[in-house]
Amino acid sequence: MLELAGATVRFGARAALDAIGLDVAEHEIVSVLGPSGSGKSTLLRVVAGLQALDAGRVCLDGRDLGGVPAHKRGVGLMFQDHQLFPQRDVGGNVAFGLRMHGAPRGEQASRVRELLELVGLPGAASRPVGELSGGEQQRVALARALAPRPRLLMLDEPLGQLDRSLRERLVVELRQLFGELGTTVLAVTHDQGEAFALADRVVVMRDGRIAQSGTPLEVWQRPADAFVARFLGFDNVVEATVSGEAADTPWGKLPVPQGSRQGAGTLLVRPAGVRLVDRADGLRCTVAARTFRGTHVAVQLQPDGAPRLEAACALRDAPAPGDVVGVAFDAAEIAVLGGPGGA
Amino acid sequence: MAVPVAFFAVFFAYPVAAIVARGLKTDGQWRSGRIADVLTQSDIRHVLWFTTWQALASTALTLLIALPGAYVFARFDFRGKQVLRAVVTVPFVLPTVVVGTAFLALVGRGGLLDELWGVRLDTTVWAILLAHVFFNYAVVVRTVGGLWSQLDPRQEEAARMLGASRFAAWRKVTLPALSPAVAAAALMVFLFTFTSFGVVQILGGPTFSTLEVEIYRQTSQIFDLATAAVLTLIQFAAVGAILAVHAGTVRRRETALRLVAPETTARRPRGAGQWALLGGVLASVAVLLVLPLGVLVQRSLDTPGGHGFAYYRALASDDGGAFLVAPVTAIGTSLEYALAATAIAVVIGGLAAAALTRRDAGRLVRGFDALLMLPLGVSAVTVGFGFLVALDEPPLDLRSSWILVPLAQALVGVPFVVRTMLPVLRAVDGRLREAAAVLGASPWRVWREVDLPMVRRALLIAAGFAFAVSLGEFGATVFIARPDNPTLPVAVARLLGRAGDLNYGQAMALSTILMVVCAVALLLLERVRTDRTGEF
Repeated sequence: MLELAGATVRFGARAALDAIGLDVAEHEIVSVLGPSGSGKSTLLRVVAGLQALDAGRVCLDGRDLGGVPAHKRGVGLMFQDHQLFPQRDVGGNVAFGLRMHGAPRGEQASRVRELLELVGLPGAASRPVGELSGGEQQRVALARALAPRPRLLMLDEPLGQLDRSLRERLVVELRQLFGELGTTVLAVTHDQGEAFALADRVVVMRDGRIAQSGTPLEVWQRPADAFVARFLGFDNVVEATVSGEAADTPWGKLPVPQGSRQGAGTLLVRPAGVRLVDRADGLRCTVAARTFRGTHVAVQLQPDGAPRLEAACALRDAPAPGDVVGVAFDAAEIAVLGGPGGA
Repeated sequence: MAVPVAFFAVFFAYPVAAIVARGLKTDGQWRSGRIADVLTQSDIRHVLWFTTWQALASTALTLLIALPGAYVFARFDFRGKQVLRAVVTVPFVLPTVVVGTAFLALVGRGGLLDELWGVRLDTTVWAILLAHVFFNYAVVVRTVGGLWSQLDPRQEEAARMLGASRFAAWRKVTLPALSPAVAAAALMVFLFTFTSFGVVQILGGPTFSTLEVEIYRQTSQIFDLATAAVLTLIQFAAVGAILAVHAGTVRRRETALRLVAPETTARRPRGAGQWALLGGVLASVAVLLVLPLGVLVQRSLDTPGGHGFAYYRALASDDGGAFLVAPVTAIGTSLEYALAATAIAVVIGGLAAAALTRRDAGRLVRGFDALLMLPLGVSAVTVGFGFLVALDEPPLDLRSSWILVPLAQALVGVPFVVRTMLPVLRAVDGRLREAAAVLGASPWRVWREVDLPMVRRALLIAAGFAFAVSLGEFGATVFIARPDNPTLPVAVARLLGRAGDLNYGQAMALSTILMVVCAVALLLLERVRTDRTGEF
């Protein structure tokens, strides 16, 4: 439904978007994931018509949006910090888009009621927006964006400023809501947890280009390259030479899954694939630090003359800092990534 | 954007250019040699010298007296602070003629000090300097105090935790943050005093003359247009330089400072030192700002037959002298003109401010920002005379039209409107406009739905300032107001120019009325004032 082809935006010499091609299908929820400065917000602004393209085009339902001003595009955008109109109450904010589209008063009122109920704020129409909590503001912003029934709803860091527990609850609610409404959604976020929980498809951006696109599971299991792997929070990424079912790494010879790409490449070892064994067996490491992570303990291991390794241990098995342990590797948690390593 | 540009081109640039051309062009030839001729005349050099040093002295004196005031207003919480803040602002919107008259009543011949101690200052430069302090006190308090009250005191606390003494913390943390505002205020004061007209015209006597007064004298009394044109150019260049420096300091002031709500930084004074400071500031406000106005009112009531309203009653009668009408009709004329001028200034200034806030505003447009300040500094006398010279031919034959006066007054009002509106418009989060656009609002709807509700108060305040400034405008109006339709300041000046107690008393009475109108307009504004409304 939404198609971007060769979309390019330059700020001076720097390309904020570098020939982006992206399709979003009807009813699909796509999350664009990337560090700050990767161009993901610019992507939304381009689609919304708030930022002009230097090259390429944006089409919605097959219609080229070039030259169509923001207010005539019929897309919705929920801003990062909501941008509720401070001098209007909740109802006035939600009704704004309807008024702009010339909806009759009666219809406005019933639609506002309906939407506030939908986002879980029934009867809040006459409250001033200044009194709302962060979570409530987020809901009002969502109701406001949904009210004119946009063809495409875009969310810019929708849950960015909320605290963790609220965020985790809202992301589930959002996914459910969009599923029920059949809304097509394009969201950007820098939080991989949020992106994975919300989206049908995740697009990882780097320096104005798309680094990887796929289902959350695909991206999580097989990051396209070292950058994506590190961005997803994996630290055990090294250069390796693969031959057969083994790889030469600074940590010694590591087993790799069957059918891995051969030759020089980048290797990802998920923390769960680093098993602690008796110090006499496996790679000899000193425990440098450990961090409690709720369900497990992340243990930082320092091998002699090699980069640090992170291991995930059950709580009761976790060694103390200074302990010397042995490390063995599990082929199922190791992936050979495409592209050159480093990053 | 096109409308304000056209307005300034036709009603500012064109008349000024016309008058300069009239002075410097003979038989179609530019005679730039005249500039050198004029500059070598010793009396002209004397005027230049006096204009500069009195402006410097006025600026220094104003800073000296007003900076403690700025501190007190920013950091202390005391009863009656709101009222006092309004009181110190009243002088700024008072017509120069009223201020001149008030100081005449205080320090002039037969003035209060003369009666009490036989002290007369009207023949010394002190009268002018004190009147300039009176005028510009509010500029410093508002510009510097406004910023000072929003500086986070915790920054100083952080410095003290790192081992700085109280004074060192102030010097290293607060002063650098404050200095651009001090510089900006000083430049504004310098600009206003450098181009001072009404005050010097009334208090300067034959001895003291600023450039602006000299331009007036050369134009209207000696009819030496060439000299006037040269002086206009000199003043133009000086004002341009001042404004360029000012624009620089404003830009520096916009560097990121941690600002907090002013209510959170003020506290009750503590200890003898702080109470003494507060007392000192209150005393200086009483002596310098309140006393002259009080004396003015008292003089207007002090008739030969005891205190009474005789002078006010005299205003209503035709005196057949310098006036063709009773002076009291000047009140109605003034109000009509000022209202029309306000409407023009708000429309032009509002359009300009809106254009200047657009995100895609280019360099050219930003330059226009500084250009809009020019009418504040360029000789009003020149503008007034330029109107007469330039706008007398079809299609722009306005010489006999009443709109001429409001047009000239609006020129002075526009900078105030722009200065008041710009900070507020710039403070509107651009993404709020984008949010409205994405929801389907056209650019015009965005302005109406997002900008207007936020700037409504600022607009009101801008209108008030424009009104007060138009009401008090003297330099240009004195040329173009027709004898049968004088405005209040013009009528006051004419009354002062004539001998006799009755005329003097009537001038005092008329000044009092003018002061009351301005003060009421301002006090109404203080009720709607927000803290983010610019420099004035």
